[in-house]
Amino acid sequence: MSALKPLPRWADIILLPLINLTLAFIVAGLVVFAIGQNPLAALDAIITGAFGSGYNIGYTLYYSTNFIFTGLAVAVAAHAGLFNIGGNGQAYIAGLGVILVALAMQSLPWWLTFPVAILAGAAVGGFWGFVPGYLQAKRGSHVVITTIMFNFIASAIMIYVVVNLLKPPGILAPESASIAVEGRMPKLGTFIPWFKNTDVNFTLILALICLVGAYFLIWHTRFGFAMRALGQNPTATRYAGMSNSRITMIVMTMSGALAGMVAVNQVFGVQYRLVLDYVADAGFVGIAVALMGRNHPLGILLAALLFGALYQGGNELQYVIPGLSKEMVVVIQALVILFTGAMEGLFRPALQRLFSGGPAAARSGG
Amino acid sequence: MDMVVILSTLDATIRLSTPLLLACLAGMYSERAGVFDIGLEGKMLMAAFAAAATASVTGSVWAGLAAGLGISLMTALLQGAAAITLKGNQLIAGTAINMLAVGLTTFLGIQWFAQGGRTPQLKEGERFTEVKLPFADELANVPVVGPIYSDLISGHNILVYIAFLAVPVTWFVLFRTRFGLRLRAVGENPKAVDTAGISVIAMRYQAVLITGLLCGFAGAFFSIAQGSGFGNNMTAGKGFIALAALIFAKWKPVPAMFTCLLFGFLDALQIRLQGVEVGGVQVPVQAIQALPYVLTVILLAGFIGKAVGPKAGGVAYSKER
Repeated sequence: MSALKPLPRWADIILLPLINLTLAFIVAGLVVFAIGQNPLAALDAIITGAFGSGYNIGYTLYYSTNFIFTGLAVAVAAHAGLFNIGGNGQAYIAGLGVILVALAMQSLPWWLTFPVAILAGAAVGGFWGFVPGYLQAKRGSHVVITTIMFNFIASAIMIYVVVNLLKPPGILAPESASIAVEGRMPKLGTFIPWFKNTDVNFTLILALICLVGAYFLIWHTRFGFAMRALGQNPTATRYAGMSNSRITMIVMTMSGALAGMVAVNQVFGVQYRLVLDYVADAGFVGIAVALMGRNHPLGILLAALLFGALYQGGNELQYVIPGLSKEMVVVIQALVILFTGAMEGLFRPALQRLFSGGPAAARSGG
Repeated sequence: MDMVVILSTLDATIRLSTPLLLACLAGMYSERAGVFDIGLEGKMLMAAFAAAATASVTGSVWAGLAAGLGISLMTALLQGAAAITLKGNQLIAGTAINMLAVGLTTFLGIQWFAQGGRTPQLKEGERFTEVKLPFADELANVPVVGPIYSDLISGHNILVYIAFLAVPVTWFVLFRTRFGLRLRAVGENPKAVDTAGISVIAMRYQAVLITGLLCGFAGAFFSIAQGSGFGNNMTAGKGFIALAALIFAKWKPVPAMFTCLLFGFLDALQIRLQGVEVGGVQVPVQAIQALPYVLTVILLAGFIGKAVGPKAGGVAYSKER
């Protein structure tokens, strides 16, 4: 097996993810079929629901915005060999920074508040990533376990803060005060009527900037090289005189800051107030997005669009085919993670054999 | 607090610790064999759904339990296939299992029972009820011993007793049998085990299947013992508290029991303290809820003792090279 040549680049980054995605869809289709529904009709309903009109596309892009951020958060950490499973907690707690800034500056025009809200979200989300990074770098705790714990700690803190500190008197629902109307950021539909009154907003532009920024950071900066080197071989970076613990802490902070941008989209861009559980597991979708997108910004963009479409299409699905609920999308997402992330070994060896010139070549090579 | 309050809090502690303990012991087998399992939650959720759905349809609690165990075993096998045979990332495999469980149980629940994801309310005979231990009535009036025996120890459902029996059994299996020695060796130094002519793959599969079995009991506890039916995401992160308990107990059975009792007690306490003022200050229940996670983070960071897991954990075993 060790004699097999690695896959050609295009097969590795395009063919393999596509095969795995197809497999995920086939298995999900079988589930739909097993309960007596038509999988093709379901797929058609999802596609129409995601792309049928400007309204549908607007919502698809709104979901994609979140998934670009969480996908990037997972990918940046993955390049340094870290598995950040705490995107949910980082995105959630960042909402505190965003809402405090937004409420404090609500009498000012939105374009003044926007950059400050971004910085606040990045700072709080980044802090929630930094601590697990610090604990891994300096105290040797595993970043996966710590970030899982931090998801739950964030959730407990947010319930306490929203219910006991931020909830204005007279409001029954557990939520903060709303940003004054004049301080709210307009949605893209205000400028592009085609999008109607959907939730897609300027945070989408921020997401695209983050994609480009991540590309340059990872492949065109000294630090990007250092973090990729750490991900490949921590011993080598140490011998090269780099500080592994410093890189770990910076990467986890950046990862948390990227996840924190979900709060900008949700709190500042859409809901204009802090509600509970607004992250809706976007952090976990980010894992699927990063795996599917091969940790490359372009791949992440495409995967985020795919999952944005699946989420929006899944929402519409239940209205088109009664009985088929949007949880179908969670199943597809889980299967994508399973096949592209954990069961990569399913097709890779066979593909490698194919590209190495058939079974005969593989045998003689072995 | 008077005796009645203390007894009922401790009673709740035992009930709330049970699924934690089952899941924690479940994780112990797999992690001791070198397979990290963050998918305890998912396997429990699958089992909880399968148990309630089957019990409701067949009208038999035992059929429900069997279905819960069966589904959990199959899920464990899938996770094992990804993490052991295909040498995939164990953490990602666990994440996928958790997500698959949330999606599938809700999706199928809505589809099959049309009650927004809940299964029908279970009737008598479709769920486990309290077991009265011998002499519970006779001893009830004896001071001190009586209430403790007949209220605290007696009167739980059978899965509670299975959970606490599993502690000495697990200790014996892991530390006093050849199987246990090999299982632990596979988690510490698989190469040595391989050299001795024992299959690392087979050992790990056996460990993962035991994990699946115990997660099945834990899941069934939620839906057909403690509750009477399945509700969306009813395991509510308990699989992760069990994971925290496993680390906190440093992968040892008896400390695992005490850790789960502690975490169960915290849970019972926060339910009791909801809206209660202590010394004029309202205790934030969220602080108590977050305590198991905070304690685990502090322990992992080595501020109170040091938790070091099995050395070969997290890495798939390859014979070549």
